[in-house]
Amino acid sequence: MSQWFPKLKPLGREVWERSVLLTQFLCCIHIIKEHVVEIHQVMGPSMLPTFSAVGDVLLVERLSTKFQRIKQGDVVMALSPENPRLIVCKRVLGLEGENLVVMPTHGSGRVQHIKVPKGHVWLQGDNLSNSTDSRHYGPVPYGLLRGKVFLRVWPPGGWTRF
Amino acid sequence: MAEPAWLLAKRSATAALLSITLTDIVGNIARTHGDSMQPTLQPGEKNLLGFLKGDIVFFEKISAAAYKYHRGDVVVLRSPSDPNQWMIKRLIAMQGDWINVPGSYEILQIPKGRCWVEGDGGNISLDSRTFGALPLGLVQGRVTHKIWPPHRFGRVERVFPKGRVMLDDEV
Repeated sequence: MSQWFPKLKPLGREVWERSVLLTQFLCCIHIIKEHVVEIHQVMGPSMLPTFSAVGDVLLVERLSTKFQRIKQGDVVMALSPENPRLIVCKRVLGLEGENLVVMPTHGSGRVQHIKVPKGHVWLQGDNLSNSTDSRHYGPVPYGLLRGKVFLRVWPPGGWTRF
Repeated sequence: MAEPAWLLAKRSATAALLSITLTDIVGNIARTHGDSMQPTLQPGEKNLLGFLKGDIVFFEKISAAAYKYHRGDVVVLRSPSDPNQWMIKRLIAMQGDWINVPGSYEILQIPKGRCWVEGDGGNISLDSRTFGALPLGLVQGRVTHKIWPPHRFGRVERVFPKGRVMLDDEV
């Protein structure tokens, strides 16, 4: 009898195998995105000479933040301390324990002398006159950093390593 | 023929992929270290026997993805002073709330995007009383159950901090 229904058993098996394959695929995507490398589009004027305001696409690697290899001058993505749903792109200007002299944002401000507390970093946008950053919300806990920007892939031709 | 060995390797790789993904998205477990959450959670000691004594909790991350927390939740968050260290504390106040700082007459408003966390165990806790209001982005998940030791298995309840906060809005 079974030769008349040669496909019946393999069909259920095929569905199972396909769903296993799909699960594996989705898990791989998740793990790569969450732990290795992520694609981000940055909007807004805060990093202006480095990135344009209209939405450059960046590759962000998640390993340096995990293993704490962030250095001064790295461009990083971080959760905003003011809104955890927002991811911002800034440059690390100071690591923990370092002394910084921060210039005033607008004409009226004073020059500040700051020591970055333990476990924190000092983030600033490259566009000093139009950036909401550590000058506004203070030093940012290291735990909010998500990854280090290492390559710009869009606009084309403008591939830049960081 | 190396067929079964290959199959086993493939299966375990799949299991590893799936478990990493689930612990990232659904929830994970954490172990209590210090006294700070007594009597809700008991700490364990460093040695092998003490390892079994400390409470192990399950925390879920699904509400963390949307940052939908409530005042009184027990949460797991990354320490602001050491990114490798995690803390378990109770969420007292959310952004916009006014809170009476313990041990002083100061009343302050929690800034935007931040929260106030404290341990249950009185004064022996390194929390917002030391660090100030912490960014909500440090919070990793909400503790729902104690899963170890077995005789203390149970839900971790939300305890609203009565009389501590003046609410900004109903979140």
